[in-house]
Amino acid sequence: MSATPSMLPHEIASPFVGGAPDQLATKALPPGRASADYRNATFTGWRRENGRVGVRNHVVLLPLDDLSNAACEAVANLVKGTMALPHAYGRLQFGEDLELHFRTLIGIGSNPNVAAVVVIGIEDQWTNRVVEGIAKTGKPVVGFGIEGHGDIATIARASYQAKRFVQWATELPREVCPIADLWVSTKCGESDTTTGLSSCPTVGNLYDKLIPLGIYGVFGETSEITGAEHLCRERAASPDIADKWYAMWKAYQDEVIEAHKTDDLSDSQPTKGNIAGGLTTIEEKALGNLEKIGHDCRYIDALKPAEAPARGPGLYFMDTSSAAAECVTLMAAAGYVVHTFPTGQGNVIGNPIVPVIKISGNPRTVRTMGEHIDVDVSGVLTREMTISQAGDALIDMVVRTANGRLTAAEALGHREFVMTKLYRSA
Amino acid sequence: MSHDPSSDGGRTHPHLLAHSPLDNVAVAVVEGLSAGTAAFGVITENNSTFEVAVRHDIPIGHKVALTDLKAGDTAVKYGQDIGKVIQPVAKGEHVHVHNVKTKRW
Repeated sequence: MSATPSMLPHEIASPFVGGAPDQLATKALPPGRASADYRNATFTGWRRENGRVGVRNHVVLLPLDDLSNAACEAVANLVKGTMALPHAYGRLQFGEDLELHFRTLIGIGSNPNVAAVVVIGIEDQWTNRVVEGIAKTGKPVVGFGIEGHGDIATIARASYQAKRFVQWATELPREVCPIADLWVSTKCGESDTTTGLSSCPTVGNLYDKLIPLGIYGVFGETSEITGAEHLCRERAASPDIADKWYAMWKAYQDEVIEAHKTDDLSDSQPTKGNIAGGLTTIEEKALGNLEKIGHDCRYIDALKPAEAPARGPGLYFMDTSSAAAECVTLMAAAGYVVHTFPTGQGNVIGNPIVPVIKISGNPRTVRTMGEHIDVDVSGVLTREMTISQAGDALIDMVVRTANGRLTAAEALGHREFVMTKLYRSA
Repeated sequence: MSHDPSSDGGRTHPHLLAHSPLDNVAVAVVEGLSAGTAAFGVITENNSTFEVAVRHDIPIGHKVALTDLKAGDTAVKYGQDIGKVIQPVAKGEHVHVHNVKTKRW
């Protein structure tokens, strides 16, 4: 007798159709949606020693420098439930570029999605600088220098510690937290004209609804404001912040873009993908990009890359590259715990410690790359879904993600961790 | 009569969306929008509708001119300047990098 195998509720018929399993849930508007009463919505997270709340519980092997990637990866391979964050830099950097390197590493280790950290560096002193920075949060952190020991002994010492941390972290309880405890960042990628019409205003609607409740938000992509800088400047909460923002934007224009540009910015703004998707100019791209901050929000500060917000709840701007992995990494380093990522043509980016929620309104992308999309807002283009309904669908997905649902990027292993480098090393 | 890609069980979805009444371009939001279609459009800012005879095949996400544009004109979307027209474009024609360019770099 042969039994018919039972189908999972959202099982797809063919492994090659793309398919967005959550399309059903987000379009069917299931009962018990957080957005139905978003002012009183809650999620379960880990409240850390400093009071911040994480939505993931990672034990991280953090390399100080490129040389220490191998040891970190060896420990992460040996001790299950840990994760190494290999990256390309950390030697012979100096000045503001070095400060940014430390700020990023310390910020990543300090992010509340991280329960505990083992830092490994080629030598002790800079390793300890990262350890001491992370220790200010009160979370468990130790460091190991490789010099004088070699990789193998370092891997052994770090592994004992990592195993203790992971067993400790996996017993930490989750607690019910108000939605106001969320820090939600945004940056879009592989934009096209549908992002400005649907997925970017969906994020804007989320911010318009949740910022007044006390969440922290952040947007960035300095070069991609170009063409909408007059509008962005007006969205500052005060003339001082407007001036601070404008100085940042102008510096990026003068010191990065103007200093290195070719006549067409080397097909980088807009990108080849943007152009294939119908975006013609940087002005058009910027206007769509800015839809992510909604209509009502005002940004209350303009942050340096990876700088933690310090003016309380609200929307912030951060001076970042528009390259997806660099930008998301900087926002994670500033302490944001969930990222909302509108995409038109289908960007597949993730981050190792922060869940990246993909939103797309392009029906072709949802059909052909559905496995990368968490929230389908293509109904906005057919006028079957309002922007407010799309914003509600995103709020639901943010809460479900905070409660533990893996994003498409997490399920598919996207862990892009990319340090921003300001100039050449010494 | 040509196949209407926006028809869905008697319900008509727009072929084109414009952001603002000031816009002189609109975005194709259906796949397979073909030359000769009498395209139905909506302006999202005020829900008003318009029609334009599309003169090229327009990929989803690409733009159509809503008026005749001449070199030197400004392309307007979101009610804002999105670049300069560098080649004449007739109403209903494809608007993209071949006939509109940034004013920035």
